[in-house]
Order: sequence, then structure tokens, then C-alpha cells
Amino acid sequence: MTDLSNSVSIRDLSLHFGAVTVLQNLDLDIKDGEFLVLLGSSGCGKSTLLNCIAGLLEPTDGQIFIKDKNVTWEEPKDRGIGMVFQSYALYPQMTVEKNLSFGLRVAGMPKDEIAKRIARASSILQIEPLLQRKPAALSGGQRQRVAIGRALVRDVDVFLFDEPLSNLDAKLRSELRVEIKRLHQSLKNTMIYVTHDQIEALTLADRIAIMKSGVIQQLDDPITIYNRPRNKFVAGFIGSPSMNFLTGELAEEGGHTVFRTHGTSFSLAGYEATETLTPGRKVVLGVRPEHIKVDGDLAGEEAHDAIVDIEEPMGADNLIWLKLAGHTISVRIGGARRYAVGAKVRLGFDMTMASLFDAETEERI
Amino acid sequence: MANVSTLNATGAAIDAVRTEIAAGPRGKKPKKVLSRRNIMIYGILGLAALYYLLPLYVMVVTSLKGMPEVRLGNIFSPPMEITFEPWVKAWAEACTGLNCDGLSRGFWNSVRILVPSVIVSIAVASVSGYALANWRFKGSELFFSVLIIGAFIPYQVMIYPLVIILREIGIYGSLTGLVIVHTIFGMPILTLLFRNYFAGLPEELFKAARIDGAGFWQIYGRIMLPMSLPIFVVAIIIQVTGIWNDFLFGVVFTRPDTYPMTVQLNNIVNSVQGVKEYNVNMAATLLTGAVPLIVYFVSGRLFVRGIAAGAVKG
Repeated sequence: MTDLSNSVSIRDLSLHFGAVTVLQNLDLDIKDGEFLVLLGSSGCGKSTLLNCIAGLLEPTDGQIFIKDKNVTWEEPKDRGIGMVFQSYALYPQMTVEKNLSFGLRVAGMPKDEIAKRIARASSILQIEPLLQRKPAALSGGQRQRVAIGRALVRDVDVFLFDEPLSNLDAKLRSELRVEIKRLHQSLKNTMIYVTHDQIEALTLADRIAIMKSGVIQQLDDPITIYNRPRNKFVAGFIGSPSMNFLTGELAEEGGHTVFRTHGTSFSLAGYEATETLTPGRKVVLGVRPEHIKVDGDLAGEEAHDAIVDIEEPMGADNLIWLKLAGHTISVRIGGARRYAVGAKVRLGFDMTMASLFDAETEERI
Repeated sequence: MANVSTLNATGAAIDAVRTEIAAGPRGKKPKKVLSRRNIMIYGILGLAALYYLLPLYVMVVTSLKGMPEVRLGNIFSPPMEITFEPWVKAWAEACTGLNCDGLSRGFWNSVRILVPSVIVSIAVASVSGYALANWRFKGSELFFSVLIIGAFIPYQVMIYPLVIILREIGIYGSLTGLVIVHTIFGMPILTLLFRNYFAGLPEELFKAARIDGAGFWQIYGRIMLPMSLPIFVVAIIIQVTGIWNDFLFGVVFTRPDTYPMTVQLNNIVNSVQGVKEYNVNMAATLLTGAVPLIVYFVSGRLFVRGIAAGAVKG
């Protein structure tokens, strides 16, 4: 019943704690060698889903397949998974070497095989000099490397990461992020990675599953998620600074469909609608700050007047907040271009990159 | 990194204006040693310490005096002639009923009660606390609540039924019976102690061990035990002092030849025949109290640490 190229398949998975529903009828197929990121704010069920895949939580209903084997009732150790935790979860009384070998010793593996695997894992992660130290004598980044090593030595099909970088400071986080990506490129294992950090999700993932209240909102590659969000939640969740939303309605002007808000009309030329745009429909127009052209960038398309409200220089970029047709919208421009508060600007939307959502259902149209 | 550079920048700025800083308060504020506050605090602490140490002083001093000196009645004066005769008598010769071999018999009885009771109760309680904290099963919360309620029921209520049960099993009056009783009554508080301690350890450690393939006993023995020395020390102290100091169960569940030390001490001190040998009584009391006292002195710091660790999370 499962596709042969799938590494992990989840079928109709539900989990309830008493009256609280954490996961609901969830289906998910993860391809062999794929890096899948489960992204969502806290409490959306992403860690719960990961724990179910690991076998640390029993689902109320549904099935889990790993490598086409139904593992729903299997013990965690029999599922062919390795897991890395946010708090590293290293055994404090054991040296790094003993931490790495614990699972293998429990499984009764011969000593020389254990030594071989530890040597391999510690050379991949460059933790050879640390092998005889206790976790307390390691820095956060080193601890997380050891934790990854513990999954590595088990030689598993699927790696599970539960917010592995959230306890690290910003600089280490970006370093380890690159290392995890490099690790995936060299190992080509299936990896499932839980995070609430959209930068981690966008940079690491082959596909991102955005979750909200136990339901996957959208499952796509990062570019599609970013440029064609399926609903308003996904659109607002991904992107920093976040997408501008303008509420208004569709109207007909001179034979073309336009978006109208507070008496201002915006041409929708270039927008690829998934449904027919019927005039009068209440909609929300979403435009990312970098998809708005200002003054000199305009190349003869439709433009509107706006007033600069606040300016936020961020080094490489400059974020300006503009008042336009009853809304305050943010626009990202080059860091060298500065505007005075109160200045008048001409701006135009890049409709090929914009999103239209139904005001009721908040689904993309 | 940014913080460090800002700090350095501020430091440089301060260097530049240092010459302009006026005289006046600077750096740490000096504190007076003999302030009124300090005198109050140390005075009260000193008085309290004196008050609690005085009885101990009287006991030690009296136990080192001969009977003629005791009869003089100066209980606070130090011994003029130090003698260890009362200690020897208390340990080896004092009479209780028909036996005249002193407290030594009671001491060894107490040891034979103490060692198995402490080991068995802590072994059982630590495993059940670990199970309750990490292997939640259906009804585990209810089981735990029932156990806690058990801690609040007065012992006296259960003595008579227990006597009957032990008699029916055929171990009433034996040391085995008393060991079982001590183990049972240690269970609620010890299980609570261990459960809270294990619940306070990071849950992810337990999960990691499960992914590594360790089972119930392997996680207990190889992950949890090595991390829980402080709570074991606390449990040992609670059990050693509690069981050693126990009088009620000792007198109810044993016979004269298996009386624990406390019961024997009572019999020595309260014997009505002949002269009241205060020096022997004091020595006997000190001997009986020595074990818990030594335990406290040896493990005081670990004890405080463990209590704090167990108390953090409920």
C-alpha cells in the first residue's frame, strides 16, 4: 500500500490526550533521502508527531511505516531511527565515547565493531579530541555534535531532529545549521527536522510541512511555500519581515479585474489565479516587502502614492513603512537608499509574486 | 561578541574622563563588622546554639563522672576525675530484666534490623518511584495518590492488624517480621521522594535511552542510578535514623531477646531496682544516639543537597 520510494509514511494518524486533540487524521509521505522540516509555532503538534514517529508516544489511531514496514507497534529501538534532542540529552555520568557507544553496548555489539563506528562518527563530526571528556566539560555546540554522533553510530535509515539548535546562541546556530546540511548531503539519509525557526526550515529543507493545531497546512518545497503560500496562515508565518496584507474586494474596471481597497484600485495583471476572480468577492491581498517596487525601480507599471511613516535601516536592507490606502505596509529596499519620514513615494506591486486569499476561508484563490 | 566590544568602548571612555572623577564614594560600599544587625544575628544564633548544646554537655559530663561525684549534684561542673567506667558498664554489664550483658545485645539487634530494612525499603521504593515517574501506566496516578494517603495514616491504627497478619504468617516476634514492617512503613515517603527526584531529571534523557534500546532495568541501572546519588543519601539518612530511633514497632513486634537498642535503653533507664545510676544512663543514651548523630555529621552536606533536589519538582 505504500510507495516503494517512501522512507517514512504516516497514514491517518491521530493523537488525543483525553479531550485534547493534538494530531488529527494526518497523512504524510517522506521520500528516501529527503530532508523534511516540520515547521510551526509551539503547541502545533510538530514535536508530538516526531515523538510518534520515534515510538516514544503511542498514537490513538493510524499507522506509521518506516522503510515500508509497519512500525506502529514497534519499540523505538526497532524502528531504525536515531534522534537528536533540543537539550542534547547526553548521559551526564558517561564520557563522550560511552555516550556514543551506549546504544551499541545495550544491543550487545562486538567491541571492535563499536570502536569502528565510533571512529567513523567522531571523524565525520570532528569530535575525536573530546571522546574521553564528560558532557559537562563540553560547550553547547560540542554537546549537540555528540548528540548527533549518537544517532550517527546507530547507522539508521531515518534521523529525527527535535529542535536541535534552539538551545544554541545565534552564531553557533548558523554554523551547525550548515554542518547539518553538509551532513545530509554526504550521508543522504532521510531526515525529519522539527523547528519553529523559519530560517532553519527554508535553508535546510527539501520540503517543508507547515503545521497548525495538529494539521499540516502546506507541504511543499521552500520556494513554493515562500512564493505561493496555500493560505493566509502560511503566508503570514513564513517570511521576516512578514507579508503585507491588504483587505478589500475584487472589482471590474475597464474590462479588467482589479483589487480595490479604500477607494484605491490595484490592477491584478500578471497574477495567476487558481479560481475565477468574480467581482465583489471579499479578498485579502498579500504582498511581501521585497515584492514592492519603489520610485526608481518602477518600469512603467501601475503606481500609487504613499507616505513614509517609519524607516528601519537594517544594514544590508532598509525597511520602510508606508501609509497607503488605509493600510500600513512595509517595503524592503537597498540599504543605501534612505527616505525621510513624511516623504512621498511612488510604489507598485509585483503582482506575479503576490497572493490573493479569500477573506472568509483564508485560502489562496 | 557585540557586548564585549561595547564594554571595551565604554571602558576606554571611562579612562578618558578618569581625571575628572571627583572624590567620593566609589566601588564597593564598606561594611561594618560590629554593626547592630550583626550583633543581633550572631547573638541570637549563639544563644540558640548554647541552649541546644547544654543538655548534650550535661550528658557527656555526667557520663564521665563516678557515682560519688554525681551525687554531689553539680550537674554543670566538669568531672574532677574522668572515668569511662559508666560507658563500659552501659555497653557490656547493665541489666535489663534477667539479662546483664548491657546494651551490646540491643546494638547488634538494631544493626540486624537496620541493614536489611534500609536496603530492602530503598531498593523497592527507588524502583517504584522510577516506574511512577517514567513509565506511566494506566492508573499510575491513582496508585500514587493511594500511596501518599498511606503516609498520612497514623501508625497506631495499623499495629493491631499487622500483629495478627504477622502471627498468621508465623513470623511474629522475629526480626524478619520487624524488617517487613519497617519496609512497608518506609514505602510512601520514600516512593514520593524518589518519584519527585526522577520526575525532575530531564525527560529527554529517558527518551534518548529508550531510542538507544535500553529497557526498564537498563535505564534504571545504567542511566538513572548513577545520576541519583544525592537522593539515595537522603533516603539512607531518613531510613537509618528513622529505623534506628524507632521504639514503637520495636517493642510491639519483637521479644525481649530480640529487642532493638532503643527498647533496651528504655528498660535500662527505667529499671526501678537499686540505685539510679545516672552516669550509666547518660552513657547508654549517648551510645544509642551515636549512630544517627554520626550519620548526620558524615553526610550533612549531601543531605541538604538531596533534600533540595527532591523538593524542587512535585
